[in-house]
Amino acid sequence: MLTLKIAFRNIFRNTRRSVTTLSTIAVGAAAVLVFGAYITYIEYGVQTGAVQRTGHFQVFRNGYFTFGTAAPASWGIDNYGSVLRLIQEDPVLKSISAVVTPVQSLSGIVGNFDNNTSKTFFGTGFVPSARDRMKQWNEYGTGSQGLKRSGLKDSDLSRGITGAGLVRILGLCDRLHLDNCPIPPPAAESAVTAAAAVSPVDLGELAKRDASPISLRSDSDPTVDLLAATAGGAPNVVTLQIARVELQPLKELDDNYIGMNIGLAQNLVYGRGEHKASGIVVQLRRTEDMKTARARLLSLFKEHGLDLELRDFTELNPQYNQIIGLFGSIFSFISAIIAIVVLFTVTNAMGMSVIERTGEIGTSRAMGVRRQGIRKQFLIEGSLLGVIGATVGVAMAYVVAYAVNHSTLTWTPPGQAAPVPLRLYMTGAYSLLTLTWTGLLVVSALAALIPANRAARMTVVDALRHV
Amino acid sequence: MEKNGNGLVVRLSNVVKTYQTGSVEVPAIKGISFEIPRQRFSMIVGPSGSGKTTLLNLIGCIDKPTSGSVAVGQQDTGALSDNEISDFRAQRVGFIFQNFSLIPVLSAWENVEYPLMLLGVAPQIRRDRTTRMLEAVGLAGQHRQRPNELSGGQKQRVAIARALVKGPDFVLADEPTANLDSQTGAAIIDLMRRMQEEYATTFIFSTHDPHLMSHADQTFTIRDGQLVDHATGVRSC
Repeated sequence: MLTLKIAFRNIFRNTRRSVTTLSTIAVGAAAVLVFGAYITYIEYGVQTGAVQRTGHFQVFRNGYFTFGTAAPASWGIDNYGSVLRLIQEDPVLKSISAVVTPVQSLSGIVGNFDNNTSKTFFGTGFVPSARDRMKQWNEYGTGSQGLKRSGLKDSDLSRGITGAGLVRILGLCDRLHLDNCPIPPPAAESAVTAAAAVSPVDLGELAKRDASPISLRSDSDPTVDLLAATAGGAPNVVTLQIARVELQPLKELDDNYIGMNIGLAQNLVYGRGEHKASGIVVQLRRTEDMKTARARLLSLFKEHGLDLELRDFTELNPQYNQIIGLFGSIFSFISAIIAIVVLFTVTNAMGMSVIERTGEIGTSRAMGVRRQGIRKQFLIEGSLLGVIGATVGVAMAYVVAYAVNHSTLTWTPPGQAAPVPLRLYMTGAYSLLTLTWTGLLVVSALAALIPANRAARMTVVDALRHV
Repeated sequence: MEKNGNGLVVRLSNVVKTYQTGSVEVPAIKGISFEIPRQRFSMIVGPSGSGKTTLLNLIGCIDKPTSGSVAVGQQDTGALSDNEISDFRAQRVGFIFQNFSLIPVLSAWENVEYPLMLLGVAPQIRRDRTTRMLEAVGLAGQHRQRPNELSGGQKQRVAIARALVKGPDFVLADEPTANLDSQTGAAIIDLMRRMQEEYATTFIFSTHDPHLMSHADQTFTIRDGQLVDHATGVRSC
């Protein structure tokens, strides 16, 4: 107790030096915590975006994820309705899942024949109401990210959404009245026209030849024609009414993406054959239930002899781990630099303190304090510096987080198209708080070790003689 | 404690202390032997640089002789480990320094209590003894003040109380009046004498203050690291 009292009072003996040291520790702690809170927010934000897009898991026919994406029609899940029901009605999964819905991936050629333009596309067919429910997933309160409400109806197979780049390339900007959507220059336009002129048969005609036209055209929204090969290899064409244009986060995606009702996608891919689904999305209420869900799903597949595989959102969104890894490395680097700065600052402060108190050390030793008592004294002082500095730093971090969270700052997360409010996630980041606080305490104690050992090694006579 | 009891508190046998300065060996004490009896005012006197403080350090077990032995009571201090010698000092030796050497961040009361805390004395006993000792040195009213709020004389009173509070075998006082004016110095000498009698303690001084020397029960005169004279019954007041 007395050692603690002496340590505490000695910290404030040289106020200027102590304030400088404590400020370094506090600013270091605040910097680590604020950056850590920022990374936590990014992690939650990116996870939210990924889970909204792809769910926590997707169930595929075994081998699809590795080999089947180029030919989704050949890798559809047979009798997917029963698999869907199996998952939806399982008591364990029912209690922890938010959305279980089928999706159909596809690719092909999209054409705007009013403008004589066409290009390749890749797309997804989904259940619009399920997709909108997936959009509601917001476990961490990071706000609206990822998918927008599609505006599509489950019963309306004719309407879909496209990337902004796709409609630009197809020359639909003026018809869709889009901002920042330029019209192709004359040279490019003539090249497109020339290319169209040599085309013997356009997709429009193919569409007219299709025996069972699916879509109903509206007079107001522009339409495009989609051509794809069915599972049997025959060409198939459907017409899609562009109900909405969504800017995609990546240019490649933006220039190629089409989203549509799963019924339309299945009509295009499977024609009159059995309609399958390329995947079943499972979105959980809470990410922490992933382990339980994975175990249960795999158990169900085994139990029912289903040749299916399971992929989680980190596999479906490879950028997720890359982003978390990148920020994790930056965080480690910054933390290491701050730890080194704190280490040297505390060592310097404690070293000065030992020199100034040499006589006092001699007196204590003469009075019977053992060497380890002296060492302990300075170690406690260094640790106290760490405790006070880190505690002040935590308070500072909360103030900064409060200010930022109540500001109007926004940013665009990686993998997202639209800016979102900038937040610092201090609340709930208890492991980060504990690690930072304890880390600075340990660094401060370690920093005091060298001066403390020097003090403990002093001979009593030399210390007493010191002026 | 037995007053004016018989026996020796310290015995030095052919003590040699040599300091190494670079490659040069500087002899500070050259084979001194003497005995200090209990419950006396013993003084080691001599000119500056004669080896008084070195001898006091050896008696106080804060330095080790190059050869020879220092025995306190029946204990040869040369046989003790570093921790044992620290514990030995904590229990049996009190120090009064020329520059007071109080712990600056502790109050007068805490400075006096400090040695008892090192010994693990129970809180209630600690409080009683500290209070009594501060009253004995006339500082009951200043117990909350820190050293920088006390005068030189008051600081030395605190140092005396701190040295005596644990009831040591002997108190070593290195030039205790050197940093005090003559009037304060005289008062401090009177206080130490009174405390020595009241607590039946042995005081061992190093000094060249004639006024302090006039209070000696016995003196050991040192010159160039050698004992040149030993006189008893010097006390003149």
